[in-house]
Amino acid sequence: MTTTSAEAATSTSGPTAPTAAPRRLGKASLGLAALLTVAVVTPFLVSGYHVFQLTQIVVYAIAILGLNLLTGFSGQISLGNGAFYALGAYASAILMNKVGLPYWVTPPLAGAVCFGAGYVFGRPAARLEGLYLALATFGLAIVTPQVLKLDALEAWTGGNQGVLVTKPASPIPDQLSDDQWLYFFCLGVAIVVFLAAWNIVRGRTGRALVALRDHPIAAAAMGIDTASYKAVTFGVSAMYTGIAGSLGALLAAFVSPDSFTMFVSVQFLVGGVVGGIASIFGTLFGAVFIELVPDLANKLSEAAPWAIYGVLLIVCMMVMPGGVAGLVRSARTWLARGARSRTRS
Amino acid sequence: MQALLHQILSGLANGAIYASVALALVMIFKATHQVNFAQGELAMFSTYVALTLIEAGVPYWAAFVLTLGFSFVAGVAIERLILRRFRHASVLSAVIAFIGLLVVFNGLAGWFFTYTIKVFPSPFDPHAWYGTTYLSPHEVGMIAVTLVVLAIVFVFFRFTRLGLAMRASAENPQSSRLVGIRVGWMLALGWGLASVLGAVAGMMAAPIVFLEPNMMAGVILYGFAAALLGGIDNPWGAPIGGFILGVLENLAGAYVVGTHLKLALALFVIVAVLVFKPSGLFGRTVVVRV
Repeated sequence: MTTTSAEAATSTSGPTAPTAAPRRLGKASLGLAALLTVAVVTPFLVSGYHVFQLTQIVVYAIAILGLNLLTGFSGQISLGNGAFYALGAYASAILMNKVGLPYWVTPPLAGAVCFGAGYVFGRPAARLEGLYLALATFGLAIVTPQVLKLDALEAWTGGNQGVLVTKPASPIPDQLSDDQWLYFFCLGVAIVVFLAAWNIVRGRTGRALVALRDHPIAAAAMGIDTASYKAVTFGVSAMYTGIAGSLGALLAAFVSPDSFTMFVSVQFLVGGVVGGIASIFGTLFGAVFIELVPDLANKLSEAAPWAIYGVLLIVCMMVMPGGVAGLVRSARTWLARGARSRTRS
Repeated sequence: MQALLHQILSGLANGAIYASVALALVMIFKATHQVNFAQGELAMFSTYVALTLIEAGVPYWAAFVLTLGFSFVAGVAIERLILRRFRHASVLSAVIAFIGLLVVFNGLAGWFFTYTIKVFPSPFDPHAWYGTTYLSPHEVGMIAVTLVVLAIVFVFFRFTRLGLAMRASAENPQSSRLVGIRVGWMLALGWGLASVLGAVAGMMAAPIVFLEPNMMAGVILYGFAAALLGGIDNPWGAPIGGFILGVLENLAGAYVVGTHLKLALALFVIVAVLVFKPSGLFGRTVVVRV
């Protein structure tokens, strides 16, 4: 959205415009290529545990992306996306263990299940304004572990014990270890869903979502079907989070109710806010952050990461509400403005 | 029949806790139009402070009063230092700040007091004369303490100048400022009082749910449900909603959904109220001009 308007502005602003736009696009794709190269090369350079961490970062990035689409772009606050992460993880585990499907078909299926669940929850939720939606989703987050422990579902969910998941084996064990294979599997899924999100946000749908966020009444007046858009966005967000949950289950090789407390949702929120809640690529910063900070802070105390997260949420909201992506964006504008004023003088 | 009566009465006892939490939520909502997601964690932290005092040898009721003092100061400080900056922020920023507070207090409690589940003493002797076949002395005491606290809150807001000033600044900040009320400090006082109410709820709940950093998750969810059911802008509705939900929780838990879906019941009430009757039982329907 911002790039299209910026390009429209530059293309009318004089003879320099046609060269400026492609050059910036070139820079962006150069950056992407560099990022992709790093993503492909790194797992060959680091140890097994670090490959695991990298994979976890990719998984978190997908989950945070789901939250950003919902909260950042369409302005619906969700404190309960952890519930869909749990649903996706359990869906995957059950499809593999009880139904006997191969692991690689489970992420899209888990995504579909979560899309349905998200849509069903999002339909009534679409009537709620910001604060009340936050309340309802907060409830969803608290309820999740208890529902997973239900006796009635124990045949499927394993109750308190949870379900063990077989870790996917590498089809080419000579070239790729199991860890590396799973990493590339997750990376592939991530690339697909990121491209999809990028297209959603850039196009007509994305503009409708932002309009819904910034001025719901004006959006409705322009003919945007607010209730459907909100519910579908909820579904898509749940789908992304569910796919992440499914991959997360493959990675952890285990799902249990106690790994899906309210704090999973809080973690995604921290990642989204730190990276920039209305940003696609900010999710990467956010994911790196929530994977690495607990690792470092755990040395202080088991509870230290949470205290740090909390302080950070408050401080971020006070000094950099756009997150890291927002900082990068304003730094770029500032640099560009500096360069322009230099050339003028 | 006896079992039913028992369920209803002990539901009222639980309802007393929800009533205090709900009233605390409503007080902050009325003044700022924000929902304090951290209310439960503040209460939990206060309860840990109380336990630390009791373990240091302070008699229960002295520790109780000291803890209320601590909660009041903490509530005022949080409003003055942090939340004041979010008074005019977007809903999203404010919600994130509240979640931040929640996580800070949860983390600090885990850090200082560990995640081990602790037993919190009840001030009410388990063999006291006021115990009945239906209610344990602690449950009777819980209801009594809550009713006393509600009465004090009522008298304070109805009959004192300070209470009037606080109500005025919640209803109409601009006019209040014009007649010389320091609206900012009134908000901070409201925060202090709300965290006192929360601390009472925490100390009354802890002997039942046991003390651990996540002990208030269920209570706060029921508190939200109670506040919404009673009408989130109605200080009378909140306690009534609390008692109704306490009874509903017990009856549904015993006869309908079983103990494992008690939290889901609260979520159901929240969603149902928001979708079908957003103003709750006693709230005002807000009409917004666009």
